[in-house]
Formats: sequence, C-alpha cells, structure tokens
Amino acid sequence: MAIETTQVTDTTYSPDNPAPVIEPPRARTGRTPRATRTNFELYGWLFMRLSGIVLVVLVLGHLLIQLVLDGGVSKVSFAFVAGRWASPFWQAWDLIMLWLAMLHGGNGLRTIINDYAERDTTRFWLKMLLYTATVFTVLLGTLVIFTFDPNIR
Amino acid sequence: MPAGTLYRGREGMWSWVAHRVTGVLVFFFLFVHVLDTALVRVSPEAYDDTIAVYKTPIVAFMEYGLVAAVLFHALNGLRVVAVDFWNKGARYQRQMLWTVVGVWAVLMAGAAYPVLGHAFRELFGS
Ligand code: HEM
Ligand code: HEM
Repeated sequence: MAIETTQVTDTTYSPDNPAPVIEPPRARTGRTPRATRTNFELYGWLFMRLSGIVLVVLVLGHLLIQLVLDGGVSKVSFAFVAGRWASPFWQAWDLIMLWLAMLHGGNGLRTIINDYAERDTTRFWLKMLLYTATVFTVLLGTLVIFTFDPNIR
Repeated sequence: MPAGTLYRGREGMWSWVAHRVTGVLVFFFLFVHVLDTALVRVSPEAYDDTIAVYKTPIVAFMEYGLVAAVLFHALNGLRVVAVDFWNKGARYQRQMLWTVVGVWAVLMAGAAYPVLGHAFRELFGS
C-alpha cells in the first residue's frame, strides 16, 4: 500500500522538541469509554457475513418463487399465501428470512448512520428511529406468520 | 499519484457505493413489504386489492429494479465475504467484481421476460 506522507518543512525535532505521538487508530486509551470495551462490532461484522450467505438462498429463492415460477407476480393472492403458509416449511423459511434480513439490514443502516450523522443528537435520534422501525417490523411480521388464518372470512 | 494501488476512486470504491445504495433500497422495500403482507390479517379483499398494485406495468418495472438491486447486493456480498475470508481474495477482488457484474447481467437478462412479460402484454395488447 502506498501511503503519501505530508512533507513537514524544516521542523527539526529533538529531545527538547519531540514530534507529537500519533496513537494507532484503534488503540484503547484511558479515554475509551467502558461501554465500548466489548467485541460487539466484531460480532456484528461476522453476523453481516454469515447472515448474508444464508440470505442469498432465502431471498433469491423467494424472488424466484414470487416473480418467476408459476406465472410470476400475477398468481399472488390471498389464496396463494394461504396455500404456502399451510406448510410449516415455508412458514419457517419466511420467518428466518424476516429475522435475518431485518437484523442484517438494520445493522447495515446503523453503520451508515454512524458514518454520516456527525452530530451526537442527530445520530442518537436516527438510531432510535431505526431501532423502533426494526423491532416493530420484526414483531409484526412474526405475528402475521403465527396468527395467519386462512378462514378469516 | 500512486498507480494501481489506490482503492479510492477505482472499481473497489464504486462497488462499495453500489453495495451501500442497494442495501438501503432493499431495506426500505422490506419495511413496506412486511406492511403489505400484514394485510392478510385484515381481510382477503384488503390483501388482494393492495397486491393488485404489484401487478401494474409501472410497478413491474420497479420490481425489475428491485431484482437488480437484490441480485447485485447478493453477488457483491459474496465477493466481500471472499475478500475477507479467502487468502487470495484481496488479490483477485477486481476479477471477482467483473465476475459479479457478468453473472448479474446474465441473470438480469434471464429475469426480464418472467418479470416484465405481463407488463408488455398489458401495455401492447395480445
Ligand atoms: C416484488 C417481489 C416480491 C414479491 C412479489 C413478494 C411476495 C411475497 C408474498 C406473496 C409473501 C407472503 C408469504 C409467501 O408467499 O411466502 C411474502 C412474504 C415475505 N417476503 Fe416477499 N416478495 C417479494 C420480494 C421480497 C424481498 C426482496 C424480500 C427480502 C428482502 C422479501 C421478504 C419477505 C418476508 C420476510 C416475508 C414474510 C413476511 C411476514 O412475516 O409477514 N420479499 N412475499
Ligand atoms: C442476499 C444476500 C445478501 C448478502 C450476501 C449480503 C451481504 C452483505 C455484506 C457482506 C455486507 C457487509 C458489507 C461490509 O461490511 O462492507 C452487507 C451490508 C449491508 N447489507 Fe447486505 N447482504 C444480503 C442481503 C441484504 C438484504 C436483504 C438487505 C436489506 C434488508 C441488506 C442490507 C444491507 C445494508 C443496509 C448493508 C450496509 C451497507 C454498508 O455498510 O455500506 N442486505 N451485506
């Protein structure tokens, strides 16, 4: 990796005028808050990769079923959903897809908020909004799968 | 200006931008999608009337866009995993990106008729 260094013109450092120390970027210093001294980000990083691999099968399979096979989107209806959720296999498929996609996407959005929202309060409230929407969606989707009633009418 | 070693401004940066944009798009779609699916708990009519929107020609093109976003994100996501876990991943990241783009183009061509066919039949008759 080529790293361009800034040329400092004619500043002679000496024992009496030492160069400033640059901390390694991830060094834990006395100022690192307690709350960040866990491996949360490492597990988040791993989760993104593991859930991603599983989602390839679940989401691409879902799109194939919904948009390509059996006449594509034209066949989708209440009766079609009733037929699919009569099977525990597809219930489990949709449930796992719901949880993994929401947590994967939610964690991805958390990263993006951390990257772009620079003010502490903006970042805090954007994340609260994100967490609320994520929890709400996961719970609603789960409830719908478990309480689905083909004879609702 | 270092030649060939800088990530910024090259394929690596643009694939990262595209990965980010597609991830956000799919997340927003999923939020709406769980809401529309929840209508099965209201009534069959409420669900069928809403799903009718998915079958209109304009929305068919948006679905094709969704497929494009999901496919790119999925394939490039596997490339990211390979870069991180395969010991030669970083060396071949560029070749893998063009593989991703190639596979994506083939799958998009294959998806065109199934996803857009009904829209064209509706727009141009037959
Ligand atoms: C336009 C394309 C899509 C169509 C037509 C579609 C259609 C459907 C249908 C009919 C259901 C009801 C259950 C079933 O048949 O399995 C469903 C559920 C679901 N879909 Fe999709 N889908 C699409 C794209 C997606 C994508 C891209 C994702 C993931 C990112 C996704 C995630 C889900 C989830 C998580 C559920 C379960 C919802 C719940 O728990 O209430 N779908 N979809
Ligand atoms: C289909 C299979 C999928 C794979 C293989 C995959 C893979 C990945 C990977 C490896 C990352 C981490 C990128 C990094 O750390 O640089 C990532 C980020 C992300 N993913 Fe996915 N993903 C998939 C599906 C989804 C779905 C369904 C959503 C939306 C609900 C989504 C939303 C996101 C978001 C928002 C990010 C953050 C992007 C960023 O930080 O730039 N992904 N994905």
